[in-house]
Amino acid sequence: MEFLLVQALSGLASAASLFLVASGLSIIFGVTRIVNFAHGAFYMLGAYVAYTLTTRFAGPFGFWGAIVAAAIIVALLGALMEMVLLRRIYQAPELFQLLATFGVTLMVQDLVVVIWGPEDLLGPRAPGFTGAISLFGRMVPTYDLFMMTLGPVVLGILWLLFHKTRWGVLVRAATQDREMVAALGVNQKWLFTGVFALGVFLAALGGALQIPRTTVTHAMDLSIIVEVFVVVVIGGLGSVFGAFVAAIIVAELNAFGILILPQISLITVFLVMAVVLVVRPWGLFGKPESAPRAAAGLTIRPWRPFTQVERAGVALVVVAVAALPFFLGNYALTVGAEILIYVLFAASLHFMMTVGGLASFGHAAYFGLGAYGAAFLVKYMGAPMEAALIVGPLLGLAGAVLFGWFCVRLSGVYFAMLTLAFAQIAWSIAFQWVDVTGGDNGLLGIWPATWASRPAGFFWLALGIAVVGVGVLRMLVFSPFGYGLRAVRDSALRSEAIGLNRQRMQWAAFIVAGTFAGLAGALFAFLKGSVFPDYMAIPTSVDGLVMVLLGGVETVSGAVVGAVLYKALAIWLMSQTDLSKLVLGGVIVVIVLAFPKGVVGFIEDLRHRWPRKGNGATVGATKAEAA
Amino acid sequence: MSPLLEVKDLMKSYGGVHAVRGVSFTVEAGQMLALIGPNGAGKSTCFNMLNGQIPPDAGTVLIEGRDIKGLPPRAVWRLGVGRTFQITATFASMTVRENVQVALLSFHGRISRVFGFAGAACRAEADALLALVGLTTQAERPCGELAYGDLKRLELAVALANEPRLLLMDEPTAGMAPRERVELMRLTAEIARAKGIGVLFTEHDMDVVFEHADEVMVLNRGQLIARGTPAEVRRDPQVRAIYLGEGLLYDARHREGTAA
Repeated sequence: MEFLLVQALSGLASAASLFLVASGLSIIFGVTRIVNFAHGAFYMLGAYVAYTLTTRFAGPFGFWGAIVAAAIIVALLGALMEMVLLRRIYQAPELFQLLATFGVTLMVQDLVVVIWGPEDLLGPRAPGFTGAISLFGRMVPTYDLFMMTLGPVVLGILWLLFHKTRWGVLVRAATQDREMVAALGVNQKWLFTGVFALGVFLAALGGALQIPRTTVTHAMDLSIIVEVFVVVVIGGLGSVFGAFVAAIIVAELNAFGILILPQISLITVFLVMAVVLVVRPWGLFGKPESAPRAAAGLTIRPWRPFTQVERAGVALVVVAVAALPFFLGNYALTVGAEILIYVLFAASLHFMMTVGGLASFGHAAYFGLGAYGAAFLVKYMGAPMEAALIVGPLLGLAGAVLFGWFCVRLSGVYFAMLTLAFAQIAWSIAFQWVDVTGGDNGLLGIWPATWASRPAGFFWLALGIAVVGVGVLRMLVFSPFGYGLRAVRDSALRSEAIGLNRQRMQWAAFIVAGTFAGLAGALFAFLKGSVFPDYMAIPTSVDGLVMVLLGGVETVSGAVVGAVLYKALAIWLMSQTDLSKLVLGGVIVVIVLAFPKGVVGFIEDLRHRWPRKGNGATVGATKAEAA
Repeated sequence: MSPLLEVKDLMKSYGGVHAVRGVSFTVEAGQMLALIGPNGAGKSTCFNMLNGQIPPDAGTVLIEGRDIKGLPPRAVWRLGVGRTFQITATFASMTVRENVQVALLSFHGRISRVFGFAGAACRAEADALLALVGLTTQAERPCGELAYGDLKRLELAVALANEPRLLLMDEPTAGMAPRERVELMRLTAEIARAKGIGVLFTEHDMDVVFEHADEVMVLNRGQLIARGTPAEVRRDPQVRAIYLGEGLLYDARHREGTAA
């Protein structure tokens, strides 16, 4: 009994930092409608800056002053990012904002290693809270008690700020109706910057306060952001009190989950989140979004299937690619096969995103599940490659059936966050279930059949599967099912009024996309000869997103072009620089700012700038009729 | 035989606000019935309860004798109920024809098919509907480019795709120019009479209401206070006090018989 109480107290102490970061995310979202992926990065920066300052300035005043100063410095960096980057993309689809902040996250990851080195850092302990006191016969660190009280205190301060100050009232007004607040003459720009700085301050403070409890590492950004997403999904995005309650729930589940299921402690959190989502899709204390914003793939120009000429062109390109093994060396062919696999992966995500309007931030989960499915068949059942390639992706399908059922209940940013959380859960299962998955060591020796073991053979295999896969997905786009999907994406109201079942159709799209991603993953396992948990890590998911966005969300064939461009660029960068994340992050940010419609969308725009003859006549006729 | 639409003692409150308090009425096939009333009278709430958009607190909605309790809008649609919205809801990424085709595919139970090119499906049927509402020349255009009046026509075509027996139109002419309003409603009335469709519509434009409705119901503070022919309702002192006002404008205009 005493043990359980102490465990509960430890959970409360962990909840404090979680609450600080989650409330910051919630406040920023409430006003700016931006889900700040970089929030984890700011949390990590807070810890690193605090580490530097606290080791420089000793003593009680030095320590506590350094903690606050670190949070303020990082808050200023956050304000800078808001002014330079986010101000330009407030009008863009929310997906682009998530992606831009993710780009920043990538850059910060490399910068942190450059500045502070790759080692884990151990900061000083907090003056005045170095000891432990005896509670119920067990020792509890006094710093934990300090953190425990901090949570409610910060909640109280935030409440006072939002209810008793003029600024806070404006923030609450803007949360409810941004346009109205702007119409009343409030300078929105600075309100947004201020809110963003406050949110980042809370994140950095949460990170800085972790120094006495844990080491500072360059992986703490992703681990916290996933937990924070879970917290805001449970608590309700935009609700500070919801963040408080949910932070306690998640922290306690973590504290006790370790006792019950030490291997896969995330499972308990996942189960609770699943229950909350089924009962209250907008979180415990959130409000249902009144009008969802335009979906990711909304296009103004209706799609057309290829004409005869275009089809012939595509066939020519495929033939040309198929001839590459006669000209290229083995290394280039292996790279080529990898690119082809990513073409299929990106195309599957594109189908879900563009046609289904479901922007998944965790699509790598199904890629990874397909890879593990194939690896399991080879390792544990001695299956040949052909069988593993057919049956393996079914694990991706199964994952999509399970996770998709929950995900399609949500939309927009909630959907994105939930897919990310599921992917992270799949990753942690692969990482922690060592007996079956081999954990971090992965599963090795997944070699292709003899006929495909030469790079040229595997290249043709990958080409064949990619062409068929992309072809099938494209056929689906123009099938009645694809039209139905676009209908539910374009207007939930109208599609329901003509008898379409949104959730069921989107679930089907989710499953289709998950299966094809699984197929790509299974191929990838044979290309690499091994499977690792990282196949389903966040960077793989984001690779897919960038490929789709680079090619253009609003296009049918953008994913293919984007995948080729991006993967080639990424592989080349990897060979050129150690700071690949920094460069990739920078590339993402530039893409979002410069080509919001992607490369193919950009080309189409150019083409449509000169209207063909005849269009003018139609427009004229319409105007005459309307008049 | 049970009436096309039968509403009995419909109730709905939001918190402490009683939006709809015991509304009962019927709609017969081939009838144009207008539901009017001041802002906040409960028209939209009432409307949204008729096709399962929001569940009533109490009361029943029977469509050809079948209770729609617990059915989502898409299931009510399958019972033969078409609907247009106050603010048009169309598929912005598709052409005008494709909008209708999707509705037709859904009606024929073919929307889940993964084979075949949807753009070629139900084409003749879609073009017939577009011709009916006068959008033939616009069929190939992206519907995002359409003028608002044409969007309303498109909505009508989409709502007719399931060969409905009952058509619910929430402020069908809101935001349209006066001449377009009259034309759209005349078109609706023609179609309704030709096909024997019962039409229930809400409307603020009294020209439209008195011109095209066979009967008018007046809703005030969640309760029906009058039902009758346009002439009867216009003379009703309570309706005049609450909604129409005492001005003689309507009388003057409608005595002359303004055929548009």
